[in-house]
Amino acid sequence: MPAYSDKVMDHFMNPRNVGEIKDADGIGEVGNPVCGDMMTFYIKVKDNRLEDVKFQTFGCGAAVAVSSITSEMAKGKTLEEAVKITPALVAKELEGLPKNKYHCSNLGAQALQEAIRNYAKKKGIKIEGLQEKGEGDEEGEECEVC
Amino acid sequence: MGNEKNTIRKVYMDNMATTRVLPEVLDAMLPYFRDVYGNPQSIHSWGDEAREAIESAREQVAALVGGDAEEIIFTSSGSEANNLAVKGLAQGQITKGKHIIISAIEHFSVLHAARTLEKAGFEITEVPVDKYGFVDPDEVARNIKKETILVSVMHANGEVGTIEPIADIARKVKEAGALFHTDAVASAGSIPVDVNKLGVDALSLAGNEFYGPKGSGALWVRKRVRVIPLMDGGVQEGGRRPGTENVAAIVGMGKAAEVALKDIPARGEKLSRMRDRLIKGLPAAIDHVFLTGHPTERLPQHASFCVEFIEGEGMLLWLDRDGIAVSSGSACTSKALKASHVLIAMGIPHEKAQGSLLFGLGVDNNEADIDYVLEKLPPIVNRLRQMSPLYAKFMKEKR
Repeated sequence: MPAYSDKVMDHFMNPRNVGEIKDADGIGEVGNPVCGDMMTFYIKVKDNRLEDVKFQTFGCGAAVAVSSITSEMAKGKTLEEAVKITPALVAKELEGLPKNKYHCSNLGAQALQEAIRNYAKKKGIKIEGLQEKGEGDEEGEECEVC
Repeated sequence: MGNEKNTIRKVYMDNMATTRVLPEVLDAMLPYFRDVYGNPQSIHSWGDEAREAIESAREQVAALVGGDAEEIIFTSSGSEANNLAVKGLAQGQITKGKHIIISAIEHFSVLHAARTLEKAGFEITEVPVDKYGFVDPDEVARNIKKETILVSVMHANGEVGTIEPIADIARKVKEAGALFHTDAVASAGSIPVDVNKLGVDALSLAGNEFYGPKGSGALWVRKRVRVIPLMDGGVQEGGRRPGTENVAAIVGMGKAAEVALKDIPARGEKLSRMRDRLIKGLPAAIDHVFLTGHPTERLPQHASFCVEFIEGEGMLLWLDRDGIAVSSGSACTSKALKASHVLIAMGIPHEKAQGSLLFGLGVDNNEADIDYVLEKLPPIVNRLRQMSPLYAKFMKEKR
């Protein structure tokens, strides 16, 4: 077994915010099955805040834990605050990830950003701090595997 | 976690990774740490006793594969035996040619050894397998050319359990005049293995796969076949594997071989009965689960599946909480972060290969263990599917 922290195991065993938001304001999908991990994030936005965040994840223990903690970190934040959630912050909040699972934290932050970008595009708004699509979050030859 | 974990039922079904040393094997080994500790090469009674012990183990291991004692080279593992076979036989034949054929589903110790040779100027051909993991003997024959010096195809695959038609492949290879090696690490000690019936020139095996100790392996090489050693050193193992012999491990492997030879039929019957209950029971208990490998031409202790829409590591983590130990060939559970090359070579799509589960049954398992697995796995699968985007998509499309 990978050496997961108690917090990773807790979020894997009891993931928060699992599911789909039927009338989501933004949806973000990252990963692909070849690489072994897929995450879909759904957001509901009210008054510029993430009123609700839900996710679905296909992947390892770390991938599930990353999705869960990212959703928890994002919920209630303004869009500007939420786009500042970085992979490093996600990993830190989980009390660390095994070295070869570190990539999972990228996927969580990316899926959330993707959902916010989807929302911003639909609304035609600009969000401070939101990266343009294609800045290092496209799946290339190299898999971002958890 | 905590105390609760100490009281749960423990079901070890990861016997393809390694087995538990039998009590009689441990008993046979123990004197060779403190009582008999001489160097087998030494010219005194301490040395004589140690040497007699390894020579007796050599006979036991040779008997397991139907070869002669002098044809056994003890190694540190199955991996070392495979390296010695691929590199040692190839280097020994280098004046005849530089072409080597392997199958696409070989263990990394064959696959990577071949790739190392490729970098050193050898030409490697990988023959494909069908959906069951079978190598087609005719496909091997079609790829043999004048420069082909060695063909290596495993006897049984450790990930999907399929037993290859080695005798047919070996016949074609021998007709063409090349050497034939088979990696029998997964099969030796589990099913009858006879080097003459199989018609091979070299065969690898590992003690820890049949209730012997870790750190024990052997390569059987037919008399007069040249093997270049991997290491330089002394005269041990006929100069083909230098280094002071691991006497206790060799003795343990010998004892395990002796027990296996006697017990193969009874073990096979018991294990295949449990295996078949899993093969029937899991797809009946869980939707969208399929067997990997061949349903009948497979190792008696081996049941392997792909559970669709979810990934293996999550299942292993949950099963471990229930005291059940199994393996997976998913990208996430591999250190290399790649899905099993065996499943991919069999044409299984990546997303399905990610949900692979491998049950390696052992002599300590019983029918109640099978019931326990059949009870514990379905809710785990259900739980993981509830959060899977692939499952959600599938259910939507179904509606």
